[in-house]
Amino acid sequence: MKFTLNGKPQEVAVPDDMPLLWVLRDALGLTGTKFGCGMGLCGACTVQVDGKAARSCATRGGDVAGKSVTTIEGVAAGDSPVVKAWCELDVAQCGYCQPGQVMAASALLESNANPSDDDIDKALMGNLCRCGTYQRIRGAVKRAVEIRGGK
Amino acid sequence: MGTNSSMTRRDFLATSAAGLVIGFFLPGGGKRLLAEPPAGGGASLNAFLRIAPDNTVTVLLKHVEMGQGVATSLPMVIAEELGCDWKNVKSEHAPAAPQYFHTAFGMQITGGSTSTWESFTQLRKAGATARAMLIAAAADRWGIDSKACTTENGFVVNGGNRLSYGDLAEAASKLKAPKEVALKEEKDWKLIGKRVKRLDTPDKVTGKAEFGMDVKRPGMLYAAILRPPFGGKVKGFQCDVARSLPNVVDIIEIPGGVAVVAKNSWAARRAAAAVVVEWDRGDGAGLSTAKMKEEYRALAKTRGAKAAEKGDAEAALAKAGKVIEAEFELPYLAHAPMEPLNCTVEIGEDGCDIWTGTQSPGIDQAAAAKILGLKADKVRVHTPFLGGGFGRRANPRADFVSEACEVAKAMKVPVQVQWSREDDIRGGYYRPMWTSRIRATLNEKKMPAAWSHTLVGQSIMEGTPFGAMMIKDGVDVTSVEGAANSPYLSSIPDHRVELHSPKSPVTVLWWRSVGHTHTAFVVECFIDELAWAAGIDPVNYRLDLLKDHPRHKRVLEKAAGEFGWGNELPVAHAAGVAVHESFGSFVAHAVEVSVENGKVRVHRVVSAVDCGPVVNPDTVEAQIQSGIVYGLSAALKGEITFSQGEVEQSNFHNYAILRMTEMPKIDVHIIESTDPMGGVGEPGVPPIAPAVANALFMLTKKRVRSLPIRL
Repeated sequence: MKFTLNGKPQEVAVPDDMPLLWVLRDALGLTGTKFGCGMGLCGACTVQVDGKAARSCATRGGDVAGKSVTTIEGVAAGDSPVVKAWCELDVAQCGYCQPGQVMAASALLESNANPSDDDIDKALMGNLCRCGTYQRIRGAVKRAVEIRGGK
Repeated sequence: MGTNSSMTRRDFLATSAAGLVIGFFLPGGGKRLLAEPPAGGGASLNAFLRIAPDNTVTVLLKHVEMGQGVATSLPMVIAEELGCDWKNVKSEHAPAAPQYFHTAFGMQITGGSTSTWESFTQLRKAGATARAMLIAAAADRWGIDSKACTTENGFVVNGGNRLSYGDLAEAASKLKAPKEVALKEEKDWKLIGKRVKRLDTPDKVTGKAEFGMDVKRPGMLYAAILRPPFGGKVKGFQCDVARSLPNVVDIIEIPGGVAVVAKNSWAARRAAAAVVVEWDRGDGAGLSTAKMKEEYRALAKTRGAKAAEKGDAEAALAKAGKVIEAEFELPYLAHAPMEPLNCTVEIGEDGCDIWTGTQSPGIDQAAAAKILGLKADKVRVHTPFLGGGFGRRANPRADFVSEACEVAKAMKVPVQVQWSREDDIRGGYYRPMWTSRIRATLNEKKMPAAWSHTLVGQSIMEGTPFGAMMIKDGVDVTSVEGAANSPYLSSIPDHRVELHSPKSPVTVLWWRSVGHTHTAFVVECFIDELAWAAGIDPVNYRLDLLKDHPRHKRVLEKAAGEFGWGNELPVAHAAGVAVHESFGSFVAHAVEVSVENGKVRVHRVVSAVDCGPVVNPDTVEAQIQSGIVYGLSAALKGEITFSQGEVEQSNFHNYAILRMTEMPKIDVHIIESTDPMGGVGEPGVPPIAPAVANALFMLTKKRVRSLPIRL
């Protein structure tokens, strides 16, 4: 299977029906994308497929052939305002869900540079955090908007 | 037995016979192991820190980082006394070794909201001792008296001469540690008490932080395990189809079930779904929540083991005109940390290496040693970050480590066992199910005159090595903590608290705030009920009852004041309050709720906490917020139920937790306090469910007497 991974061409020999999550983690060794539920219910495995947030545990690897996949490793390699904001506000506790949260927030800001509180809540409602960092996540998304030069 | 004779956890910690526990957990009778050679370079000045030539100070964490911030707060305590440059400080988890035993528990464990206070003095001394050794090394080099030297931000200084800690560490590490060291005075603290940023944030936000699930070893295989239902065991299994699937290596029976071993996680998972296991269901065959509730209700009406007693509550109730009575029910709860349980085991010629996110590496080490026939010091436990713990990752039965050792032992190659979310939700070690029945009467001043409380629920400690210490006269102290020593009892002349501890094949464990998860709900809801029966404002009623409990009073007054208790709220909104002490800290929450589309909506929580002196206020704030959200998930959604022997929940769609859209605005107020230091990981949890329940009563005029809340 061929696709673009974090901006670079990638080829990997895996069964088409292997979920993207395990293609990334087990076959390609990119462990920043986390397993949380296996059913697209928690968002820990969030990546971006062609710029849109997607649950990699519920996405067949074969379905991203020819597409562009961005993982937390890709976002972290750049100069991400979301990562900066998350660090400024010390959002993380256990940290396990945070790569997924960052991926969801990054996708939101790509499509909506000035999200309302409601937009933020709705975009991130699929990303669970058992440590309950939601208040700081809200704050960090707003801070990321400022860093990007939004309102 | 007077009400205050109930043993609190802190009493237990202060008086526990540590030797007994060490002897149990460490094969070899607690022999001291030598300090581990440093893995990452630098000279060890003591068990807690090493300093590299480039001045990097690496703090070895005796407590594991599972979100609560110890990877930052414990280094702050050391760095304060060491006098190094904070910018050069890193931290890593200590290996499993006796140097890192909990000063009160006598084993290596992270739990009970104890990490900071139990190690505070120990770590200050570790920092101060190392500083003294660095000074001595500099004085030696300069040929002067140590007394002529001081330190400045990572340097030893004498007049115009300066030597960096990195320069001196090697020589200092060869010196004898001084027996006595002076500690800094509080007024001179530069780090302790400040909002210091977490050391682990950047790696966690960018996906670089390593969790147990991320560990990879050469030649490692992945395993999924089919575990028996509660009380059951494997009778036989069919795996021809599963075995024929691609990348499946083997399917074997182990003491804990049937293990499917494959070349990748997905292959193991998929093949596990194709294995058909026939279970001998044993005494768990008919498990049913409805039936258990009936049994618990019946038991609650009978006399149990005495947990607290003063006067004659039954006689006082019998002659009272009006008895106020309530029965409360709370379900089993799963911890559901975001990172499902997992464990990687590699057996080599020189012992065994284990990588797992564990709160109790010493217990796991002992369990692995037993299974593998090794000496404990040949089992090396490496602890990556924990993707949440909440108590589930400290199991006296070492369940997730033991089974992984069994699989690795059988396969003779490195193996990583991964739990699915379904395994986690259905895997037991739950917060026990509870029924509580309380009856009370009021005196002519409308204050409680008699109080009779009977609790029914499984003992967490029974059958564990903690049982001998924690079960007294048939009462598991953790079953009644917060009820038998409730501050309200001290002003009630006739009272009793009794306990039934029914047995069940369902496995139970401490769940963030343990007994307080149910006792705070019951006591704080019932006190509220009495306040309304008395016609007295629930805050004032509590303040009157708590007049001899200044720390309770202080947080309640603060939370109510900051909330604006008594002020007008938006239409169809209502306020509720609760206050509770747990793990040495005092927390009050005041909440504003409404009902939207038939669902409870919590708009805001104003919280006050008195945890004594604070190391990092930012951590305290984060932990109280975290406890509130964890408690709200349980109050509004959490429930594990059984029907015909099966757990009815399986994943986050039917074992739901709070989402972003449901998040209230939380304000945390930390009380400046010189009282003894308590914990903060758990104490935010207990008062949130009763505060919400009490607020809902204002809206609906119906009492919430069971969780999760159903309108």
